[in-house]
Amino acid sequence: MSRPSEEALLEVSDLRKSYGERVVLADVDLVVNPHDVVCLIGSSGSGKSTLLRCLNLLEDIDDGVIRFDGREISDPRVDRRAVRSRMGMVFQAYNLFPHLTVLENCTLAPRRVHGLSRAEAEARARTLLEQFGLSDQATKHPDRLSGGQQQRAALVRALCTSPTLLLLDEITAALDPELVGEVLPIVRDLAEQGTTMILATHEMSFAREVATTVCFLHEGRILEQGPPDQILTDPREPRTRQFLRRVLPG
Amino acid sequence: MSDSAAWSPSPRELERRLLRRRLRLRSTLIAATALVVVFVGLALLIVTSPGWDRVREAFFNGFHAKASLPDIARAFWLNVKMFMIAEPLILVLALALAIARSARSPWLLPLRVAAVAYTDVIRGIPTILLILLLGFGMPGLRLQGVPNSPFFWATTALVISYSAYVAEVFRSGIESIHPSQLASAEALGLGRGQTMRFVVVPQAVRRVVPPLLNDFVSLQKDTALASTLGVFEAVFVARDYTNYNFNYTPYVVVALFFVALTIPLARFTDWLGRRYAERERAGAR
Repeated sequence: MSRPSEEALLEVSDLRKSYGERVVLADVDLVVNPHDVVCLIGSSGSGKSTLLRCLNLLEDIDDGVIRFDGREISDPRVDRRAVRSRMGMVFQAYNLFPHLTVLENCTLAPRRVHGLSRAEAEARARTLLEQFGLSDQATKHPDRLSGGQQQRAALVRALCTSPTLLLLDEITAALDPELVGEVLPIVRDLAEQGTTMILATHEMSFAREVATTVCFLHEGRILEQGPPDQILTDPREPRTRQFLRRVLPG
Repeated sequence: MSDSAAWSPSPRELERRLLRRRLRLRSTLIAATALVVVFVGLALLIVTSPGWDRVREAFFNGFHAKASLPDIARAFWLNVKMFMIAEPLILVLALALAIARSARSPWLLPLRVAAVAYTDVIRGIPTILLILLLGFGMPGLRLQGVPNSPFFWATTALVISYSAYVAEVFRSGIESIHPSQLASAEALGLGRGQTMRFVVVPQAVRRVVPPLLNDFVSLQKDTALASTLGVFEAVFVARDYTNYNFNYTPYVVVALFFVALTIPLARFTDWLGRRYAERERAGAR
């Protein structure tokens, strides 16, 4: 389990989010240290995606504090674009821009937000696309690609800005099992290289393999969190056990 | 959830709400100041111009405004009538044209060709010419059972002209619907016509509401072109008045009438668009 420390990259305390009467996140506490890989697990509607969206300031929170790199980013005065430019986010439905080629998707933010020259941005994008086996797809438009290729392209797009923290929102949920195998090894490589990540996932075996911390969310709360071996094999909470029985084969 | 009653905002959250309120207040203040400065500035610029007194006399004369108002109001009713008759006809005709253009059945090729030719030719003709051609030409045919009034032919010309434009608006909407929607409708066993009717067109119409409004505002104003046929609509009456009294105030009065007609329509379409967005996107982004 990650302990709160001076150099925590992300610190969430008492986070609360509701839509009108419906409370979707309550009392969420989370500490993410550099090089941590935090896996959020839990059934659909447990608040995993909302939590990631709150962290990226896509949603306004209703209570609590989010600190990123020592600064409170849940302050209304904070420059959201500056915060986001240091985080990468990948969505379940890829959300690539259909009117741009893969390469243009990947160089948009580096050029327009981070001020890289076209040549620099393209060089970096091409290196990453090559690494992810997409060098042949660079000049194609996203709709020409398979789901697995699109999701890898979306990952490259997020990585092109060299984010300090990567948020992955069920990035394999829309892929069939064969294509999942195209995407997860890449995430594993990123984890091994020390990329700090928070990912919502349904892939338990993957979570066991790469996570440093697993958080089980139930009805908007983190019921328990800890190292994957403990949470996934010997959970404390009955609800966690119940959930795992349903999702783990055997 | 069980704790929604027990929860009360933390001091930090209260502080944040205060801050949010203050930030909102600040942007409201900035907005209000900017608004006042810009518009008062513009007004001052006009009022202090050297010729303002003469312009005010010729264009903003209270006496002439009052004197011309009843006639203009009566005549404006004719514009409204023309617009109210033309608009539903245009919608129907244009949608039919757009659907005809996207028909794929080989039997319907003549229809497609006719639709393409119609939009190409009609859009190329200035509306005012179409009104003159129909207004002076058609009565010459001495058709039986067709009214020969300029009002009738002006309205017909507007319907013909605008349905060509509006058809293209509909077509762009239809073509903007993602092919996956067609695929899933066809997969459910819907025929091509059913797919159009139940899946494509409803989505397309929603998407093109703003450009449709644009064309309708334009249509409202182009009812003034009927004056070229001698129809006693508002602009004609205003021109008549200015010719007799050498004062242009009635033009301003007519302009205000047209503006008063278009603003509610604009607000209505905005409201309609917002409602669709709220219902169908549920705040997703």
